[in-house]
Parts: sequence; C-alpha cells; structure tokens
Amino acid sequence: MIELAGVSKTYRRGGDEAPALHDVSLTVARGEMLGVVGESGSGKSTLLRLINHLEAPTAGTVHVDGEDLARLAPRARRRRRRRIGMVFQQFNLLANKTAAANVALPLALQRRRDAEHVRRMLEFVGMADHAASYPAQLSGGQQQRVAIARALSTDPHLLLCDEPTSALDDHHASEVMETLAAVRRELDTTIVLVSHELDVVRGSCDRAAILEEGRLTGVADVVAPPPAQTFSSYAARVRHVLEGGSDRRESELREPREAREAAAAREEGAA
Amino acid sequence: MELLDAVGESLASRRGEIIQAVVETIAMIGNALLAAVLVGLPGGTLLYLTRPAGPHPRRTLHAALDAAVNVVRSVPFLLFVVALIPFTRWLLGTSFGTLAASVPLAFVAAALYARFSEQTLLEIPPQTVELSRALGASTWQLITRFLYPEARSGLVLSLTTVTISLISYSTIMGVVGGGGVGDFAIRYGYQAYEPELMYSTILIMVVIVMLIQAAGTQLARRLDRRGR
Ligand SMILES: Nc1ncnc2c1ncn2[C@@H]1O[C@H](COP(=O)(O)OP(=O)(O)OP(=O)(O)O)[C@@H](O)[C@H]1O
Ligand SMILES: [Mg+2]
Repeated sequence: MIELAGVSKTYRRGGDEAPALHDVSLTVARGEMLGVVGESGSGKSTLLRLINHLEAPTAGTVHVDGEDLARLAPRARRRRRRRIGMVFQQFNLLANKTAAANVALPLALQRRRDAEHVRRMLEFVGMADHAASYPAQLSGGQQQRVAIARALSTDPHLLLCDEPTSALDDHHASEVMETLAAVRRELDTTIVLVSHELDVVRGSCDRAAILEEGRLTGVADVVAPPPAQTFSSYAARVRHVLEGGSDRRESELREPREAREAAAAREEGAA
Repeated sequence: MELLDAVGESLASRRGEIIQAVVETIAMIGNALLAAVLVGLPGGTLLYLTRPAGPHPRRTLHAALDAAVNVVRSVPFLLFVVALIPFTRWLLGTSFGTLAASVPLAFVAAALYARFSEQTLLEIPPQTVELSRALGASTWQLITRFLYPEARSGLVLSLTTVTISLISYSTIMGVVGGGGVGDFAIRYGYQAYEPELMYSTILIMVVIVMLIQAAGTQLARRLDRRGR
C-alpha cells in the first residue's frame, strides 16, 4: 500500500539546511493502522506529508498503491491526493462554512454534489445533528469528528492523521479515537497515525514506527492494551479513575516511585 | 431642527446643481470601485500568492506589483491627477469631465484595495492553505473556495474603507472638470460666498460616510462566522 525506500528530506530555506528525515525505509500494508511516534521535531509530520507528497523527498522514493507521486504532473498529482484523506491537529475547518459545507468541500472541488453522502458521513462520526453548525459553535472533539467526516467524504483508501487528539482533552480525545477505530473497522481504511501520546498509539495501532532525530530506529509491534474500558459519560470515567479503578495513568504514576524505592532498598542493602 | 431647516433651505436654492453634483460623485466613485474590485482584488491576491513565503513564490512579479502599489499610493493625489492628464487624454481622447476624473481615482482605488486585500488575506491561518493542498485544490480553487470565503468579512470592511477614502479623494476632482459634491461646495460655498451651502454640504457628506461605514460593518458582521 505505502512503500518508502531510502527516503530523506532536508528543508532548505535561503542558505540554511534543516535535515528532517534520514534514509527511512518503511512499508505499510493495506488495512493496517500504523502509528508514528517520536519526540517533537523528530520528523513525524514530515514523514506523513511525504506520503501524500505535500513535501517532496530530497532522496529516495515514496510509492502509494505502486505509484510514485513525484513522477506525476501537478494536475494528476492533485487528483491522486484527493484519494488520500488527511486529518490535522488543529482540525483546519473553514470557519465560515457549516459542518455540512465543510464535509461537502472535497466533493465540491471535484464538481460533485451529494447531500445524501455528506449526511451519511456526518452520521458516521455522530455529528448529523450539527450539520448546520459553524465550527465556532462546536467543541474541539466535535470539530475533529467533522474533520474526519470531511476526510472520508471522497471514500479514501488511506487516511493520514497528524496528532489528531493533541489539541483535545482526554474525553474528546477518546471520542475521536473511537471514531478512527470505527473508520478502520467499518470502512477498511488504511490509517497512518502520528502521535506523541503513546497511550493513543497503544490503544489503536498494530505497529508503530519510532523516529529519533529523523532516523527510523525501529518498528514496534504494538501489544494491545487490556480491552479498553469505555465509559457511559465523562463523570463515570472520572469517578473510575479518581475513586480507584486500575487506570493506566495511575499505575504510571506509581511505577517510578516503586522503582525508586526498590533502588533505594538495594543501595541500603549494599551499604 | 433649526440646523436641519438651515441645511434644507440653503440646499433648496441650488437644487438642480446639487443633484447633478451627487450624480457626478456617484459616477466617479462607482467607476473607481469597479477598478478596485476588478483590478485591486486580483492584484492583492497576486501579492498574497507570490510573496516569498506564499503558495506560489515569484520574486520579480511580487516586487514589481509591490512597487506599483507603493508608487500610486505615495504620490500626493493632486499631483497624481495632474501627472496622469496625458495618459487620460490618450486613453479617453479628453482629460476633462467626470469620466476622465474617474481615471486617477480608479488607479488609487485599485492600489488601495490591492494593499488592503493582501493584508486581509494574510490574516487567514496558514492551515487553510495547507488544507487546500491536502485536498488537491487547484490555485483557482484555493482562491475561490478557501481564501475568499474565509476572508470575506475583512474584504467587505476594507472595501468600505476604500469607498470612504474615495469620497474624500473625489472632492478635488473639480480641477479636471470632474464636478461632484466637493466641487459644488467649493464653487458655490467658498467662491460664491455662500458659506451655509459649504457647511451644509460637509454635514451631508459626514452623514453619508457614517451610513456607508455602518452598512459595511453590518454586512461584514453578518458574513463573519468565526466568532460565536
Ligand atoms: N517547512 C519547514 N521548513 C524548515 N524546516 C522544517 C519545516 N518543517 C519542519 N522543519 C524541521 O524539520 C524537523 C522535523 O519537523 P517535523 O514537523 O516533521 O517534526 P515532528 O516530529 O512532527 O514534530 P512535532 O511533534 O513538534 O510536530 C524539525 O527540526 C523542524 O524544525
Ligand atoms: Mg508534527
């Protein structure tokens, strides 16, 4: 489905050179959900933007469905790009258009109009009741779900998501991740998900590419976490976490202290 | 009330002339606004697109456009009108009259609106351009489906500002026989010693400017969905 071979990217601005990716080779199978993790500046967004050729590689090749977008004329490249959905950290909805008009936008660019399809997409992400709302009237999570509906409106076989939950609080983030899981389950879409939140990747991806300073240091097979607990409401989730369920975050908080105590005990024993 | 009566009386005495002056002003400003929309807006859009960090960087074209806008805007307007006389004569066969007076106004309107629309477009978040690229939009689609819809309230507000500036600019068009309200005030109010007439005209122009501004603000607010 996606094949990166020896891909490097160096940004040039004036005389300055900023190496962002170095010799990355990676394949993503059809129907797979691949996470891309790494620290800030490690090249995650660059990797994602190379896939739909928003950035051109400085070296190496990128094939999507056996096709190298770098070799296409601009017009043909734009047409291919329309078959790849993209979801952004800041949602990137047009502020002066309703949710429905935002979802209809990719179709309009192809001179297509299909109100029924738009409605179905909004329904799929659970936003049918807000079709006439403007982005400013929606919460971040709702805006991101509209943005996902927009990305899906052209029936893409591939969805690229750049930190789709990073601007959201926990509750809205899990709503968005549930929506992406449904996309994969019901539409069979291949998904590449960039995130620096390991929980998010662990809860949804099959594999995760690990980037460090522009180099691919490995691809981890994700061990699915214990079946994710879903909560009927925000309040239920908060009560679960605060009133003593065994939530991951809690154990994360405890682990370092236990480790420290264990280390201290060892030292004492040695002394 | 007394003031209104005085205004009414002074204007009634020159009814025919003032109606003609208003028609001339509307004609000049209408022509200039046409130039603002047909030349200034594309110019401003081109400035936005071709700037070094823009979606289609074109160094020379951008520099040339930028310079043209600056030149038109920096020459004192009265000098600009006079300097343009040969060009106007070549273009229209005459340099005198309301249509001829529209020519320098059109230049200024186009330059002003080019700058204003460029600045309005610069306020659009860069993510909007990024989105248009990711959706495979052509440059034409970027402009018509992304930039203008998102900038529309700002574009209306700045066109309002241009209109009001044009009213002020148009008052000196008497020098090339353009006529108009300003010329009327000077000829009858100042030169023919009818000061009430001059003050009445000023008062009316203030009211007109306020009305235009209110209409522009109102329309811009209706077009703007960014807030709540
Ligand atoms: N358009 C650009 N011009 C110049 N340098 C860039 C550009 N985009 C990214 N870079 C640089 O390339 C490197 C990788 O950036 P990238 O955005 O891919 O990182 P990232 O992993 O997505 O980071 P973050 O988690 O902060 O989003 C960084 O050093 C960044 O400064
Ligand atoms: Mg990034």
